[in-house]
Amino acid sequence: MSILADRNTRLLVQGITGREGAFHTRQAVAYGTQVVAGVTPGKGGTTHEGIPVFNTAAEAVANTGANASVIFVPPPFAADAVMEAADASVPLVICITEGIPTLDMMRVMTFLQGKPTRLIGPNCPGIITPGQCKIGIMPGAIHRSGAVGVISRSGTLTYEAVAQLTACGIGQSTCIGIGGDPILGTRFVDVLRLFREDPETRGIVLIGEIGGTAEEEAARYIQESITVPVVAFIAGRTAPPGKRMGHAGAIISGGSGTAAEKVEALHRAGIRIVENPASIGEAMAEALTARSH
Amino acid sequence: MKIHEYQAKTILKRFGVVVPRGEPCSSSREAAEIASRLGASSFILKAQVHAGGRGKGGGIRTAGSPTEVERVAGEMIGMRLVTPQTGPDGKRVRRLLVEEAQEITRELYLGIVIDRSEGSPVVMVCPEGGVEIEEVARRSPGKILKASSVPGVGFPPFLARKLAYGVGLGPKEVEKTVILILALVRAFEESDAALIEVNPLVVTREGDVVALDAKASFDDNALYRHPELRELRDLDEEEPLEVEASRSGLSYIKLQGDVGCMVNGAGLAMATMDLIQLAGGAPANFLDVGGGASADQVRSAFRILLPDSSVRALLINIFGGIMRCDVVAEGVVAAAKQMEVRVPVVVRLEGTNVEEGRRILRDSGLNFTVASGMLDAARKVVSLSRGGP
Repeated sequence: MSILADRNTRLLVQGITGREGAFHTRQAVAYGTQVVAGVTPGKGGTTHEGIPVFNTAAEAVANTGANASVIFVPPPFAADAVMEAADASVPLVICITEGIPTLDMMRVMTFLQGKPTRLIGPNCPGIITPGQCKIGIMPGAIHRSGAVGVISRSGTLTYEAVAQLTACGIGQSTCIGIGGDPILGTRFVDVLRLFREDPETRGIVLIGEIGGTAEEEAARYIQESITVPVVAFIAGRTAPPGKRMGHAGAIISGGSGTAAEKVEALHRAGIRIVENPASIGEAMAEALTARSH
Repeated sequence: MKIHEYQAKTILKRFGVVVPRGEPCSSSREAAEIASRLGASSFILKAQVHAGGRGKGGGIRTAGSPTEVERVAGEMIGMRLVTPQTGPDGKRVRRLLVEEAQEITRELYLGIVIDRSEGSPVVMVCPEGGVEIEEVARRSPGKILKASSVPGVGFPPFLARKLAYGVGLGPKEVEKTVILILALVRAFEESDAALIEVNPLVVTREGDVVALDAKASFDDNALYRHPELRELRDLDEEEPLEVEASRSGLSYIKLQGDVGCMVNGAGLAMATMDLIQLAGGAPANFLDVGGGASADQVRSAFRILLPDSSVRALLINIFGGIMRCDVVAEGVVAAAKQMEVRVPVVVRLEGTNVEEGRRILRDSGLNFTVASGMLDAARKVVSLSRGGP
């Protein structure tokens, strides 16, 4: 019914005593996520709203059996926090932090090589398996359990898509925001591969935007390997070149990374593309109906 | 963050890159003084603006003597330089770089950018210099040679050699080019650069390998650890509204259209611009008020959008998630009541407690059009921007 996170996920929150960390921990607990530990160096041995706090991720894992971590640590320290979680053998690390220097992320990617840790993000809303587990900053209430997977580089635009799916009576298997940065732990293709291996995911919504070539790679992979219907939307058709559109990764540089190129690649791969972001839900409903006939 | 050519050359020189002798100035008298100090037989005057293609708009000129330098500088300082990258209004030239002219036997291209899929800096060289690399990439991509920095290793000299021999340089030039490439990579990594471009890199008649031009921009997210670079920011070169927005912590970009928009989240903000176009209009800006769209942020956003005389109607598109729609609506109403809103405003809210949010907007006494869907909102705002209903 899901990928990466479910009701057996035991979550560690790095930066649990910070403003954002504390707020979203409360939201996650209210949603039913098992939050088993927090890490704030210097506050080890205390508890935060009943959750034990440790000085290091290694201690937290050893004492609580945490198998996922979410990071709400300020940008200068976030790369270090990702590496700390990986060093503690946490299999799934979700980094919410926006504003990590690109060179820091390159070091993180080198550090992660050969390790079993999957990093989602940074600069992402996180991951949710409706009804089971919410890791991140998305509003839980708009989701509904079901069979459509959602992958996106964005935050609120993803919530739009999810709310539309839910309004159309289409539930979600798992929704993943992979992040708006140029260098990401997990790319579209990685998530598509996971959805492909999940027999319960019967449709996929993919939300891309300008910058980089991840959508083109996704188009090739979908054409070769995905059999369930895919609905895609690409944001930024009107974005001017050379300007960073909010997300560090959303920039058309050297004439490449345009929405037109991405739309063209997805179109050629036979993927349903919606021009109007308000019709993502309807398009998926149509695709699923067409499939069942 | 972008910097000027003269600033980039100062940085590169520190890392051991050979650059022409020269100095920046902001008056014709200073220009003549610099020329006298350089004591060369001919000089180059280069307009210092944050835009490429300067040669095409008269932003790069030559002079044979300090007297001529003074005259040419007088013509250049204060001019509005229009290049293919400045837009039709051009950019005012406030500063020049006066350099000793070089006798050039060969021009090449050399650049470093981040390769997003490899996750490492990539060095690019091309045997054609002084032309737009994007153009070469389209026309003959095979001419561009690339080598990526190796994680954990850096950029080994053999890669630099491979590139230098690859573009057909002779052994002596290769040696100097390798030193230059390695210096450039070091500069890139130590300063958290996003792009360093030397176009053209030239071989002089004396056999020197010189960075004739230099362009650099830096990772905004890493500026906190480079206070010396932060000081190089030239606010005169940036769109004033964008500068003010960044001071308020808003992400804003000025565009050419007349439909203003205020949206929470960067992806949704881009999608909203696209929708305005789909509805037949043209967006006046990109503006992300932040995921939560708090009253403070909405107020700051109004302060950026309302004084912009090109904005004829405004679309506020908010998805209220954890920050509920009723709270967002109260914030929007409070901010609008404080501001003098002279253009029609269309608001589209969706998410948690949306009915209550819409009620607050309708009962506010403000002349807001409350839209039901995103496309509906875009159509309404485009119609209003043209004086329609």
